[in-house]
Amino acid sequence: MLSALLTLSGLGLIAAAGLAVASRVFYVDVDPRIGTITEILPGANCGACGFPGCGGLAKAIVEGGAQVEYCTVVDKQAAIAVADVMGAIYTESEKDYAIIHCDFPAGGVSEKFKYLGVNDCRAANLISGGPKLCSFACIGLGTCKDVCPFDAITMTDEGLPVVNMERCTACGNCVEACPKNIIDLAPKSRVVHVQCSSKDKGGAVKKICTVGCISCMACEKVCPYEAIKIIDNIAQIDYDKCRSCGICVTKCPTVSIVNRRDHDLVAEISDKCNGCTLCARACPVNAITGEPKEMHKVDSDSCIGCGICVDQCKRGAVILKKVEKQAAVAKVRVVG
Amino acid sequence: MIMKKNKIYKFSGGVHPPEEKLTRQLPIEEMPPPKRAFIPLSQHIGAPSKAIVEPGDKVKIGTKLSEASGFVSAPVYSSISGVVVAIKDYPHTLGRSMPTIEIEADGEDNWDKSGKPRADFGNLAPDEIKTIIQEAGIVGMGGATFPTHVKLSPPKEKPINALIINGAECEPYLTADHRVMLEMPKEVLSGTKLIGKVLGVEKIFVGIENNKMDAVDALKSALNDTEIEIVPLKVQFPQGAEKQLIKTLLNKDVPSGGLPMDVGVVVQNVGTAVAVHQAVALGRPLIDRVTTITGPGIKNPKNLRIRIGTPILDVIEYCGGLSGDIEKVILGGPMMGLAQYDLSVSIIKGTSGILLMTDDQLDVTSQGPCLRCGNCVTVCPMKLAPLVYARYTQLGMFDEAENANVMDCIECGCCAYECPSHIPLVQYAKYAKAEIQATRREKA
Repeated sequence: MLSALLTLSGLGLIAAAGLAVASRVFYVDVDPRIGTITEILPGANCGACGFPGCGGLAKAIVEGGAQVEYCTVVDKQAAIAVADVMGAIYTESEKDYAIIHCDFPAGGVSEKFKYLGVNDCRAANLISGGPKLCSFACIGLGTCKDVCPFDAITMTDEGLPVVNMERCTACGNCVEACPKNIIDLAPKSRVVHVQCSSKDKGGAVKKICTVGCISCMACEKVCPYEAIKIIDNIAQIDYDKCRSCGICVTKCPTVSIVNRRDHDLVAEISDKCNGCTLCARACPVNAITGEPKEMHKVDSDSCIGCGICVDQCKRGAVILKKVEKQAAVAKVRVVG
Repeated sequence: MIMKKNKIYKFSGGVHPPEEKLTRQLPIEEMPPPKRAFIPLSQHIGAPSKAIVEPGDKVKIGTKLSEASGFVSAPVYSSISGVVVAIKDYPHTLGRSMPTIEIEADGEDNWDKSGKPRADFGNLAPDEIKTIIQEAGIVGMGGATFPTHVKLSPPKEKPINALIINGAECEPYLTADHRVMLEMPKEVLSGTKLIGKVLGVEKIFVGIENNKMDAVDALKSALNDTEIEIVPLKVQFPQGAEKQLIKTLLNKDVPSGGLPMDVGVVVQNVGTAVAVHQAVALGRPLIDRVTTITGPGIKNPKNLRIRIGTPILDVIEYCGGLSGDIEKVILGGPMMGLAQYDLSVSIIKGTSGILLMTDDQLDVTSQGPCLRCGNCVTVCPMKLAPLVYARYTQLGMFDEAENANVMDCIECGCCAYECPSHIPLVQYAKYAKAEIQATRREKA
């Protein structure tokens, strides 16, 4: 009895000593901030930051070389919290969202064959480029929706994906998954988008799609900021230059460009105006009238709310006012 | 020398769909040349050839239209006499538009005189024969269209000791190879010997499924030596697939990811053998082929010798037009052929058949869940488990699909044919292969 007790106690002591030594020798110094930041991060492990999951990013933030902005998902509050943990000051940067550059109404693009195969755009694309007659068009089997970790993409009855701007975090999974490469990311403040990706020539597009870009150059000619250019037979917007004025939207004959703002803007001139005529001369649609040295007026029906006059006015007399979306603009399909 | 009778082995799996060889009794007819021929620059696996004619050029039958643009490439020749109208993108049987030479016929149908028959073709050296084959633009006529001269140029470390001529024609409906063996046994055997001479092989087999015993007899009676062995084979799809044919005749397994040359074998189609004979003995480049036009959707099914570049619509018209509601048009056989959505595509070197299916012939039941019955595993001739890689593919787990050996899939379609849940297993395999290859390219 006693020998058993002594043996076991002895063994216990030796093991305890071993553990005590091991805990010193093999001690791994873990920065507690990594755990805290991992808690703050969304925990979706989407991989958009380029690190292996949220823990990976947290480690990279603490060890330097990574910013919380690498995570496309975090909201402002979480970003401030991370900055607090790191003892830094948070500066806001603009968030992107996914834009799908194809949007045709029901029956807008015909099909070249009945597709009965695997329900995945990437698999369908291997068969003669998918069932749509336009080889650049959205196949519509919802692979982008399936890969979205935030449920930000829904499919319409017409079989087209729609991005929920609020939910989209610009993780880029859909951009990578789309076999037609028709999804890309744009800053959330940019609301004017080309809804076509066809690199076919104008005549060929007209034959197969009712709303395809026919590369007529009307948008390129009218853009005051040189932000929209026809490259490879398709209008492409440089979002760094684009100010979302929407002039191109009004000129596009095929409604390939849309303005996603849910309201219209109209310029208004206050009594600060001294009649310098700068705004009237700059207005691309001649919506501003008035005699020199007298207060100018805006014709709200023709004003497209581009805001060029606001930039021109040196006295701050022109402001943009939100108004309800007008029927005249209803030809532009509202999406998202 | 009397060769020992070869033992017949068995490959595992396979299916036996209804044979439906509607045209087996119909002799090969010569279809008149088309008014317009559309000859794609790419009719083979490998780099597309480069056009050497321009719009406005006058061409005759057998005028060279393009030059091979590499070793794995093949030239194309004019199949009619006339004028080159345009070189632009036209629909191709692979499902996308590709550069194609359009020729308008002048109605004279004259031959280019540059190719001359060789009376002494038996004395040509192996390398000379190979050069003639390469020049004539001959590719695998069974449908795979791999340039023949490449198969005939194995690297030195892989000696070839057996040649198999593939007359299995295991696809249902198709009878083109059958008729070629029946009507042109001498040409088949002559081409076979020429290919054998290039490879310097001792053993030559012609494998024919035993539903074509008349073809076996025809070849046997045309045979006047014992160099070549004509072997009847069990009717089992895919008996005509290279690896299965090698297993059946030689009991050799081509290693995973390997080629027949890894086990010292080259397999060539009977149509290729005829093309080789015509190129070497008659000095005639590849300008036409025998194709079966069949299925319930055509008025008069036929075996036709058709000029390459003939639009399929012309061929359908020549066969009396369509009958019934056509639901699907397949180029090749029903198991492995490619469905077409545009009938303006034209006959290319690899078009072994045109199959017109009406809707009562097609099963368009939508896909159900996998029952894990294992039918696909039982019938897979490559001993794979299609249900496993299909599921991995569905989940986007391509590394796991690769570990399940999806790259060894020969896309024969046995699994999808047997699947009681109508799961498009072949499409899953093709999709997984495309994704895995894309990843490999990225890594490289």
